[in-house]
Order: sequence, then C-alpha cells, then structure tokens
Amino acid sequence: MHSETQINSHELNNSPVLQRSPDKKSSPRALTLAASAGLLFLHLPMWIIFLYAFTTEQKSYQFPPPGLTLQWFAKAWAREDVWRALELSLQVALLSTLIAMVLGTLAAMALSRSRFFGRDVFSMLLVLPIALPGIITGLALRASYGTFDIPFSFWTIVIGHATFCIVVVYNNAVARLRRSSVNLLEASMDLGATNFQTFRYVVLPNLGTALLAGGMLAFALSFDEVIVTTFTAGQQTTLPIWMYQELIRPRDRPVTNVVAMVVVLITTLPILGAYYLTKDADSADGTGK
Amino acid sequence: MSAVSFRDVSRVYDSVRAVDRVSFNIPEGEFFTLLGPSGSGKTTCLRMIAGFEFASSGSIAIHGQDVSATPPFARNVNTVFQDYALFPHMNVRDNIAYGLMVAGVPKAARHREAEAMLELVQLPGVGDRKPSQLSGGQRQRIAIARALINKPKILLLDEPLGALDLKLREQMQVELKRLQRQVGITFVFVTHDQQEALSMSDRICIFNRGRIEQIGSPDEIYETPKTEFVARFVGNVNLFEQGALPGLMSTERGLIMLRPERISISAGHTSERPQKIAGTVQDSEYLGAFIRYLVRAQNGLDITVHQPNLGHSQHAPRFTPGTTVGLGWDDSALHSIKTTKPIAEGGAG
Repeated sequence: MHSETQINSHELNNSPVLQRSPDKKSSPRALTLAASAGLLFLHLPMWIIFLYAFTTEQKSYQFPPPGLTLQWFAKAWAREDVWRALELSLQVALLSTLIAMVLGTLAAMALSRSRFFGRDVFSMLLVLPIALPGIITGLALRASYGTFDIPFSFWTIVIGHATFCIVVVYNNAVARLRRSSVNLLEASMDLGATNFQTFRYVVLPNLGTALLAGGMLAFALSFDEVIVTTFTAGQQTTLPIWMYQELIRPRDRPVTNVVAMVVVLITTLPILGAYYLTKDADSADGTGK
Repeated sequence: MSAVSFRDVSRVYDSVRAVDRVSFNIPEGEFFTLLGPSGSGKTTCLRMIAGFEFASSGSIAIHGQDVSATPPFARNVNTVFQDYALFPHMNVRDNIAYGLMVAGVPKAARHREAEAMLELVQLPGVGDRKPSQLSGGQRQRIAIARALINKPKILLLDEPLGALDLKLREQMQVELKRLQRQVGITFVFVTHDQQEALSMSDRICIFNRGRIEQIGSPDEIYETPKTEFVARFVGNVNLFEQGALPGLMSTERGLIMLRPERISISAGHTSERPQKIAGTVQDSEYLGAFIRYLVRAQNGLDITVHQPNLGHSQHAPRFTPGTTVGLGWDDSALHSIKTTKPIAEGGAG
C-alpha cells in the first residue's frame, strides 16, 4: 500500500500544477476512509429525509421505500399552514437580518476604531449570545417580556433572532475591519473627505462583501431557529416550529420531508454564497503591503 | 511666513510624553526631514501637522493660521502614508482622483486631472489597474500622485520609502527631489534612515525621545553635531574625551568628534603625512567603497578609520591586523561637543 501511494504521488508530481506545491502529497488511505465515513455520517440522514419525501408509504420509514411519487410536493404546495409558516419564517429572518446588519456594522465600527475603557468586555458581551445556549437566551427573553408585560408577537420573535444575528454580522465586519488598514480612513480624511464620505466611499465598499456574507449567515441562522423561537413566539408558528409540531402529530408525514428539503435549500444557498463572497474578498484584500 | 510652525508642542499619551516641548519653523518650499529612531516622536509630529493627532499643549500653525482645532479634511496638507494606504477597491485612476471626487469635481474633469498626475509621477497608462496589480515602487508613485492632486501647499511623507528595496529607494530619492522642485511646495519627510535624510533634505530635524536634538542643514548635522546623540546617529564616528587626543585642546568639558573618513592611515614609519598617533590594526573590513579599520592607538584608544578604496595602489596600501600604522588628520577635522555627562563606552558609532 505504501509503495503504491508513493508511485501515485510521483506520477502526480509530473503534472506542472502539482510540482509547484511539493508538500501537498496524496493523503494516507486510512485518513481518506475516516473522513469519508465522517462525511457520510453527517450527510446520510439528510439524504434519507430527501428520499422519504418521495415515498409512497406515509406511516413509517420502511426501507427501501415501496414506491416513489411526487404527490407530496403537490400536497405540500396546497397546504395553507405550510405557506403561513414559510411566510412568517421569511419575514422574521429578513427583518432580524436587517436589524443585525445595521446594529452589527455600527458596533463593529465603534469597537474597531476606538479604544475605551471596558472595550474588550463590551466586545465579549456582544459575542456572548452565540456562545450562550439558545435555551438560556430564549428563557431570558421570555422572562423579560413577562416582566415588562410585552405581549408575544411577530416582533418578539424578531428581537429574539436579532440577538444572535447581530453577532454573526458583527464578527464578519470586525474581521474585515481588522484586516483593512486604519490608514485607509486617515487617507480618505486627509484627501478632504468628511466622515460621511469616508464611510460611503471607503468603509462601506470595503465592508460590502463581509456584510453580505454576515447577512446571509444571519438569515440562514434565523430561518431554521427553533429554541429561541419556542420561547419568544406566542401562537405564531415559524417553519421549524411547524415541522416540530408535525413530528408529534403527523398528518401526511412525507409533506414534512418535502418542507425539510425546502429548508435545506433556503439555508444552504446563503451559506454557500457567504463562503464564496468572503473567500474572494480575502485574496483581493492585500492592501498596500 | 512659515509653512509650518511648532511652538512648545507636546503630545502626551497616558503618562508618556511622545513629543516634549518641540519648537521649529519650516519655511515655504523647504524639504524638511524629521529624522530619529523609532519612537522618537517624529511620526507623531507629522501626524499633528496632518491633523490626525492633536497637541496636548503648545500651538501649531500652518501658513500662519493656528490649526489646533482644524480636522484633517479642512487642512491644505496631504499625506503619503507608510503603507501607501491606496483604496484596494478602486482602480488607480479613482484612487488618484479621490480628493477631487469628494470635493465634487465632475468625473471627466477629475479623470483628466488624474491622468495628468500619472504623467507627473511617470506612470502613464496604469489608470485602469487595481493597486494590487502594481509593484511596490509603482504604488509609491500612485500614493504620491493621489496626495498631490489636491494641490496641497505642504506634502507630508511618512517613511514612504521604507518598504522599497535599496536600488528602488535610491531611485525614488532622486525622483522625490525632482518632484519637489517641480511642484515647488513644502515637503515634510519622516525617516529613520540617516543616509536618506542627508541626501534629500534642505534641513534635518533630529529627534530623540520626543525632543529635538538639533536642526540644521545636512552639512551642519554631519560636520558639526551639537550633541553626542546626533554625532552617533548620523554616520560613523569616533568620540573621545577632551584631551585624550593630541591636537585640539579645550577648557570646556566635553567630547571630541573625529569622523573615520577624515583620518589618514599609513605604514608605521613613513614621513609623507603628518602622523599624529601610532597604533596597531586590530581588525579590517572590506566594504567596497572603503575599507574600515579598527586601530588600537598607543595610548589605548580604539579608533575607527575609513580608508577610501583606491585599488591596490602604492598610495593606499592595505593593512592586515597586527600591522603597526600611523594615523593622521587635519586639526579642522576635530569638532568638539559640549556635554554634561561622561562619555559612553565604545569609540565608533
């Protein structure tokens, strides 16, 4: 096995691309296997869900499915409650992302540009909601709403989601600001730009992709959030909550699987987008030096 | 009227006096260099002229106008930053035209102006490129072009050549001098490189620990340093206690400075030049343009000597360690520095 790997890597090294990076050898087979098993373990359950979105058997997860059908897509399409839940989830995700983008950007700029007493503590407090278990955040918010007699509504969910969405946007923005030179701001002011012009022409364009990426991640996070939502929603049903309820009282079980596929798509695409946005920006970021 | 004038300016961070009661005047059109080791306060002074920092006490005037409360964008002063600080998301043309853009100049006019600036810095035709596609030397020129487009009365340069390699640096030194003559404005240049300061400046201001040690022309700074720090910081130097050398005598307490290149070195027992002192070669270093000898004199002094490289000729024989040599110098080569503290260890700086 060893000699075979060596021969392989020799052959590969003849190709001009690989010759430039001689330290990139083909990985040992055991590692490949372990990695594959890990990936399989992570992704197989998801594919099972996808598969059972097409099954003809609706009572149990019989393998292999006795037959395949597209009827559940039509059924899901026709279900009023699915549409309501989807609409609510999209609204909540969009709004909390928007709030997070404004507040997260402002916080990042404030904390990266100035030094003041307690700055590090402040920055940690800001990031804490994402480290804190969702259940604590949810519980705390619910208690606060109760204390101040705030009735549960659409807005209580949005506020709940915004707490962790801000963190994602803030982290992205802070990382970008840390990499870009402070001198850029000074250069802009030096050339006669007012604070607003500096923000408009230098800060924002530099932050642009980082903010978009942060926003997409925030959106994805909010869209499939269950725990905080459970504590902050009254009678409202977001899509993940709807799915959870469906598990307990199933009615056309495969419909849930169809909706699950939609959720996967809606959350995966923004995350992929965020990944590519920040990846490109990293290489283009090499200012000055 | 001075382009820039500092009156008793201090800048205090927490308890550190980064700049300590500094006063100087820069006449219009001068190439003025702030020279000093890192942390000596020179960059802080530059940033105070630009308006990025404010004086803790004292007053700063630009063209006679007090600027204590003037923000950077309201000063007719522009800066070339150490890392150039070109906007990475803009192409070269938009970078250069930025100052005009924020001032509301229409696109066509400011682009025309940007092209003219590219001509000035001898980089026509790169307007469409991104800064990341340029070499270090090119970015440097773009940074200068961007800073000059607002037609400032004063250009501030914060160690602009630090990131360039030696050859390019020397080329840019010539280039900067040319530019300064061409646009005819005041340049305030910050560097820690004494060679750079000597070659470019009209006057040099030497900083040490937040204070000014000396202000003067390169010639004055090099030939007649006022303090031990200046003598050691600029060029190589031999410093001796008063009376340690034959020749100049003074009643003042202080040091005698003798530059290594002002000493002639000859074989032990010749009579062709006045030999002041005899000694033994301890070490020799071949440095291309000259050969550096460390000579232990008879009276125990260590003296550094630079012998110009004249090839292997009769007039300048090379000496190997252990050889007995005679050292000579003109009395005008000696310069005395008043001092209050005893001499530091070591002759050569």
